[in-house]
Amino acid sequence: MTYQFPKANAEAIVKGISRAVYAPVEKDGLTSFERYEAGMNLALDTIPTDKSMKDVFFPQWENLMHFRVEGKTIELTEEERCHQDFVIFGARACDIQAVKVLDKVFLADPVDSYYASRREHCTLVALACDKPEDSCFCKNFGADPASPDADVTLYPVGDDYYVQTNTEKGEALVKEWNLDKAEEGPVEWLKGEIGKKYEELPFAHLNLKGFDGEHLKEKFDSPKWKKLSMACLGCGSCTFACPTCQCYDIRDYDTGNGVQRYRCWDSCMYSDFTLMAAGTPRPHQLERYRQRFMHKLVYFPANNDGMYSCVGCGRCIKKCPMHLHIVKVIKALGEEESK
Amino acid sequence: MMKEPLVPMIGIVTDVRVDTPDVKTFRVNAPGGGKCFEHMPGQCAMLSIPGVGEAMFSITSSPTNEEYQEFSIKKCGCLTSWLHQMEPGQMVTIRGPYGNPFPVETELKGQDLIFIAGGIGLAPLRSVINYVRAHRENYGKVDIVYGSRSKDDLVDYPEIENEWCKEAGINVHLTIDRPQEGWDGHVGFVPNYVTELGFDPQGKVLVCGPPIMIKFVLQALDGLGFDRTQVFTTMELRMKCGIGKCGRCNIGNKYVCKDGPVFRFDKLGELPDEY
Repeated sequence: MTYQFPKANAEAIVKGISRAVYAPVEKDGLTSFERYEAGMNLALDTIPTDKSMKDVFFPQWENLMHFRVEGKTIELTEEERCHQDFVIFGARACDIQAVKVLDKVFLADPVDSYYASRREHCTLVALACDKPEDSCFCKNFGADPASPDADVTLYPVGDDYYVQTNTEKGEALVKEWNLDKAEEGPVEWLKGEIGKKYEELPFAHLNLKGFDGEHLKEKFDSPKWKKLSMACLGCGSCTFACPTCQCYDIRDYDTGNGVQRYRCWDSCMYSDFTLMAAGTPRPHQLERYRQRFMHKLVYFPANNDGMYSCVGCGRCIKKCPMHLHIVKVIKALGEEESK
Repeated sequence: MMKEPLVPMIGIVTDVRVDTPDVKTFRVNAPGGGKCFEHMPGQCAMLSIPGVGEAMFSITSSPTNEEYQEFSIKKCGCLTSWLHQMEPGQMVTIRGPYGNPFPVETELKGQDLIFIAGGIGLAPLRSVINYVRAHRENYGKVDIVYGSRSKDDLVDYPEIENEWCKEAGINVHLTIDRPQEGWDGHVGFVPNYVTELGFDPQGKVLVCGPPIMIKFVLQALDGLGFDRTQVFTTMELRMKCGIGKCGRCNIGNKYVCKDGPVFRFDKLGELPDEY
């Protein structure tokens, strides 16, 4: 079903949703997905947000359980899982593709119930990308900026959002908005426009030939990693900005009233990531840098029927202080394959 | 495996045995008695002291032990130092079992077996050895080559001496790195001893020990004519989750916690050399 509402009403619609809403908001020039509260600055035109929406499902920090320790005894209390429905409003195709990647990890047996409960309770409202950035290259990785896969998709055309519902969940949410029905024509027109704009982007078509399990050792052993990784600072910015990076650490802290066990994002860029008492298998930044890109472009597709764990959002292009990013790796290691 | 993979059970340490100056073996029971869960030889479990840390340890007892599980742990870091201070009655958290076991019911069945261990590397193999002893009719001849730095560093020495050495069909070959007073057994490194023993290249071989030992044992086995498809090992890399999700124990596209820790060497050879 297709509906329509003026862009100027977006804030009122977000405010009117009876559930918690996570939406892109701008603060001090930076955009991230936050739990929306009145007075926040909605940033529905930003592509992509500085921080991705991954931490709605996989928070940067989350409590897992609490221990009471007395003498030799330990008592454990699990953290409650998400049990209330919520809405993500304004997700982009790349970030939605990223959730599909995260699903492959967290919903694979044995299921991570902390993540799964959030996935279950979410209704996803997507925004088609009418103004993709030069750093966008999502179509290489299966995302479609013209028709993001969600419960509801919004298409910005002129001063309006055209609304299409794709699931029952989406239909139920949009019903609450009491919108006017609309023609599909403008939606189809916009899809065509986005398709044309995408074609003009510098990284629209990357050569991914050879990035698969078949060429695993060949890619791993490439002498090019040395030069590629030389300037890497190991700051981890790429991993935290990346919507699919999901490596995590589990840590404890003393609350003064017991021990809180929490999970937080971790980064394969750090020297202590694989450090054991006897040493580490990745002693130099070269190995750590290689691990990150091999994982995204070779290991992950080898384990997941060819699905890459890059979604072409371009955040690493924008965020790496040394301008090292995945497109450089694809070009350096991929082109030798095509020749 | 448990339904909630990151949420541990509570276990109670019911016995602490001093094996060597830096290895202790801890017996763990469920609070109501018995084992916390069932496992197969070669599988591991996450042990933790809240506020100190959580780490993966191989389960050294055999699944045929119906009363308890044992962990032989070398003191080498923050958590293991804390564990070494434990006394019976101390609660720990435990979750598992994790990983794939040695193929005791498939590839190893009906075969002559050679176990080659160095130092604390005996811990995961002991589970298999005692499983094989409990199902003796299912396996052929057993050879155990075990070496350590000194005679005081041999883990589980009383069991080796009083049980393994006395059992028909089991040959135990012990060695220590350097001569020592009171030791009249073999002296020398494990890989050289393997060559000296000159095993026929048949049956299956299970190897565990320091990476450098494994490397030279493989060369020794190559020299004796063994094929890599006959040789198994168990790997250890840093782990946080145990279920292939936290992202740090991979060798290429394989996660040691989930796809290992037991690997056959021909398969391991197909992976990048990053372990």
